[in-house]
Amino acid sequence: MPTIVIDEDRCKGCQLCTTVCPKDLVTMAENFNAKGYHPAKLEDPEGECTGCTMCALMCPDVAITVYR
Amino acid sequence: MPEGEVVFARPAALEDTPTHYCPGCTHGIIHRLIGEVIDELGIREITVGIAPVGCAVLAYHYFNFDTVEAAHGRAPAVATGIKRVSPENVVFTYQGDGDLAAIGTAEIVHAANRGENITVVFVNNAVFGMTGGQMAPTTLPGQVTTSTPTGRDVKVDGYPVKVAEILAQTTGAAYIARRTVTQPKYVRSCKKAIKTAFKTQLAGLGFALVEVLSTCSTNWGMSPMEALRWLDENMIPYYPLGDYKVIDEVKALP
Repeated sequence: MPTIVIDEDRCKGCQLCTTVCPKDLVTMAENFNAKGYHPAKLEDPEGECTGCTMCALMCPDVAITVYR
Repeated sequence: MPEGEVVFARPAALEDTPTHYCPGCTHGIIHRLIGEVIDELGIREITVGIAPVGCAVLAYHYFNFDTVEAAHGRAPAVATGIKRVSPENVVFTYQGDGDLAAIGTAEIVHAANRGENITVVFVNNAVFGMTGGQMAPTTLPGQVTTSTPTGRDVKVDGYPVKVAEILAQTTGAAYIARRTVTQPKYVRSCKKAIKTAFKTQLAGLGFALVEVLSTCSTNWGMSPMEALRWLDENMIPYYPLGDYKVIDEVKALP
């Protein structure tokens, strides 16, 4: 099943990935990461992620790995 | 570890080191695109990068190939030397607008006009990022910076320098293009342009430069998302995206 893995501690919470997801599955987490930012997280209970790589394309910190 | 094939991951040409760039800084995207292009062309073992002075001064920590640090603005001169002495290497410079369009204007114009067989990635964020957001030669008319608190006054400060347009006039340039990375479609297009710029060098066709419009949310005083929109709405009208010079031999590249 297509999905993404976000390296939480690499994320700087810039939110660039959140607006480009065609299914709005990427949001910001409530918790803080080791850097002190709210990291991006994938919320995909229905398995809607298509692995389109849009979020990863916009990530300046290469924190997102995409599986398909 | 999820099942399935990995379709997007960190390129081998990028080190695992976290960058020092501010959250949302598009330097990170541009670094990644260069890494992906170098991986795809299979030239990591023969590539030499030239890092600039500016925010990207530590680029040598992030690229996983040989990198030389140049004096401020002198990256094209250093690249010229390395490429002439060692023509089997792929040599590129990575420069910001404070480096390339201010102190390094002479170097870049002459490198382009000599048709030096190097590749240049020019990152234009319309501000001096590292030193605290002062006006750069590329700052837009009316743009507020720490040294133009009431906005850039063109009567006093002159007009923003359009690097791609200027260098496209040089006889020696083979490929000059302007791109940005504010949306996924632009990121894809930018990667294609950077790849063409490297292929131009590999084919020995001469000077290639890709100007990439970039954000500086910290010094523009915006959130990273606002900065992307500000770039789209304000920078692209003044700095139109497109190919400014593509010689026939570059067009014919596979």
